[in-house]
Amino acid sequence: MIVDAILSPEFLNNTLRATTPILFAALASAIASKSGVVNMALEGIMLFAALFGVIFSAAFQSAWLGLLATMVVGGFIGLFLAFAVLKLKTDEILAAIAINLIANGATILILLFVSGDRGISSSINSLTIPMVSLPVIENIPFIGTVLSNQNILTYISLIMVVVVHIFLYKTPLGLQIRAVGENKDAAESVGISPDRIRYISLIISGVLASMGGFFLSGGYMTRFTTGMSAGRGFIALAASAMGGNTPIGSFLVSLLFGAAQAISNILQLGTLPHELVQMLPYLTTLIGLGIYSYSRMKKRQRLMGR
Amino acid sequence: MNSNTKYNILRTVLSISIALLISFGIIFLTSKEPVKAIVQLLTGPLQSQRRFGNVIEAMIPLIFTGTGVSIMFAANEINLAGEGAFHLGGLVATYFALNTALPAGLSPLATILVAGLFGMIVTAIPAILKIKTESDVLVSSLMMNYLILYFSNYVLSNILRDPKAGAVVSFAVPSVTQFSPIISGTRIHVGLFIAIAVAILGYIFMYKTKIGYELRITGENRDFARYSGINVVKITLISQLLGGFIFGIGGGVELLGMYNRFTWTSLLGYGWDAIIITTLAKKNPIYVPFAAFFLAYLRTGASIMSRSTDVVTEIVIITQGIIILLVVAEQFLSKYRHKLVAKEAKAELMEREGE
Repeated sequence: MIVDAILSPEFLNNTLRATTPILFAALASAIASKSGVVNMALEGIMLFAALFGVIFSAAFQSAWLGLLATMVVGGFIGLFLAFAVLKLKTDEILAAIAINLIANGATILILLFVSGDRGISSSINSLTIPMVSLPVIENIPFIGTVLSNQNILTYISLIMVVVVHIFLYKTPLGLQIRAVGENKDAAESVGISPDRIRYISLIISGVLASMGGFFLSGGYMTRFTTGMSAGRGFIALAASAMGGNTPIGSFLVSLLFGAAQAISNILQLGTLPHELVQMLPYLTTLIGLGIYSYSRMKKRQRLMGR
Repeated sequence: MNSNTKYNILRTVLSISIALLISFGIIFLTSKEPVKAIVQLLTGPLQSQRRFGNVIEAMIPLIFTGTGVSIMFAANEINLAGEGAFHLGGLVATYFALNTALPAGLSPLATILVAGLFGMIVTAIPAILKIKTESDVLVSSLMMNYLILYFSNYVLSNILRDPKAGAVVSFAVPSVTQFSPIISGTRIHVGLFIAIAVAILGYIFMYKTKIGYELRITGENRDFARYSGINVVKITLISQLLGGFIFGIGGGVELLGMYNRFTWTSLLGYGWDAIIITTLAKKNPIYVPFAAFFLAYLRTGASIMSRSTDVVTEIVIITQGIIILLVVAEQFLSKYRHKLVAKEAKAELMEREGE
C-alpha cells in the first residue's frame, strides 16, 4: 500500500510542493556561496518573509503585491547581512546566527503586535498565491497529475533554476560573482570590486530566500505560525553544498528533501515509524556530502600532481 | 590590565548596554506598562529566593554548552553539532538510568559519563568527515542535529515511552539517579558544582596545558601551527571530541537535575545559546560562568516580566541577537580605539618635546 502510494503521481505532485520552499532557499544559498560568502541567515530570512508575506498580502489585499513587498524585505535582510560581514567585519556565521535569533524573537513580537496572537496569524486576513492547472499538460496521463495543479510559486521556483543557471554561467555579472568566489584577489586585480559583487549576491540571495519564505505562509500553508521555517534554511544550505552550489545540483538535492518530506507525510498514516523516515534526508545529505567532498578532494589532489 | 583588555571589556559592556537600550525602546513602543516591564526584567530575579534559584538553575546547562563550544571553536572549527550532542546526552542518560541498577552515588556519575561519551560521537562525526573527505563541518554538523532529533524522537516513542503518561514522555528516571535539590526552596542541584568544575578544567586545559596551547595556536593560525610542527588534525579532533563530551554531560546533567522524564521532542536551542556565551566569554572557559549567569538572569527576568506584564519573553532573544552582532563586529568602536591609540601617541610626543 505504501509502495503504491510512493509510486503514484499524487506523491510526485506533493514532492514538488514540499520542494518549493527549500529550492528557493537552496538557489539563494548557491548564489551567496558562489560569491564566497556562506548565507546561513536563510533560516531567519525565510521566517521573516513568511510573516511579512501574511502582513503585506493582507495590507495590500493582493497576494502578488504582498510577495513583491516581501521580496524587498528579503533583499534588505540580505543587504544587512552583507553590511555586517563586509563593512563591520563580523564573522559571517555569527552574523547569520544573530539574524536567525532576531528573526525568532521579532516574528513573535510583530505577530503579537499585529494580530494579538503569539502563535498563529488566523486573525489576519491574508491571501495566498493561487494554484493553476496547466492546459494541455494536465491531460497527459501521469505527467499531468504530477505537474498540473501546483501553486504558481512552485512553477516560478522551477523556472528560477534555469534563470539562476543562466545568470551565473551566461551573464557578465554571474561570471564576476564566480570569479570573486573562486579567487578574490585575482578578481580584484582585473578591476572587479569583491565587496560590491558580494553585496549584490547577498541581496539577490535574500530576495530568493524570501520567496521561499512567502510560499510557506502564502501557498504551502495559508497562515503564518511561529517557527514555521522549521530548519528549511539549514536544509537548503546543505542542499546547495551537496549540489556543488550549482542551480541544477541544488535542485536535484532539494527534490530529495521534498520527496523525503512527502514520504514522511504518507508514512505518518501507516505503520512504519515515521521518525526513522524523517531521518532519511539528513542521512542521505551527510553521506552524499561526504562522497561529493571526497571526490572533489581527490580531483584537486590529482590536479596538484600529488 | 593592558589597553587591549580594557578596550575589549568596554566594548562588551557597551554592546550589552546598546542591546538592552534597543530592547527597552521596543518595550516602550509596544507595551502599555513599559516602566513596570523594564523594572520586572531587571530586578525580577532578585525579588525572591525561588526566582534567584531559577537563574542558577538556568545557568547550569549554559555553563556546559558555553565551555564545550569555547573548546570546539578554539580550533576555529564551526562545529554546531553541540546541540545534537546535548540532546543525545539527555536521551542516553534516560536510557542508561532506566536500564541499569547501579548503587546511589555511582548511578548518576556513570549516567552522565555515558551521556558524555555519546555526545562525543555526535561532534566527532562531522570532524572525522572533514578529516577524511574535507566536507564542510558547518553543514554536516547541522545535519547531525536533525538526525539526532528524529532518532531520539523514535527512541522516545518506541522504546522509552511511558504508555500510562498522557503526553509523549519517557518512564520516570529512578530517584537514585536523579540529582536532588541542594538548596531548599529552589531546584538548584549538584550539577552546578559539576558545571563550574568543567569550566575551570576547561580553562586549565586551554591555558595551562601543552595541548591547549597548541589548540589556541591552531585556531589562530593554522598554517603557522602546522609549520611549527603541531599536528593540527589531531589537535582539532581532540577539541571536537572534548567539546562533544562536555555537551553530552551537560545534556545528562540537565535531564537528571531538572527533568525526571525525557520529554524533549524538538531541539532545545542550547547549541545556539552556547554561541552567545562563547562570544561574550571570548572563548575563555573561565569567563563562561559569568556569561552564563548574565544570560540566565536576563532570561529569568524576561520570564517574570512576561507573567506580570504584556511584554513577551521573546524580547530577550532579540537582545541576544543584537549583542552577538555588536560584540563580534570588529569595526564597532574601532574608530574609538584608533583615537585612543592616537591620543596616547600624541601625549607621549608632547612629553618628549617638553623634555
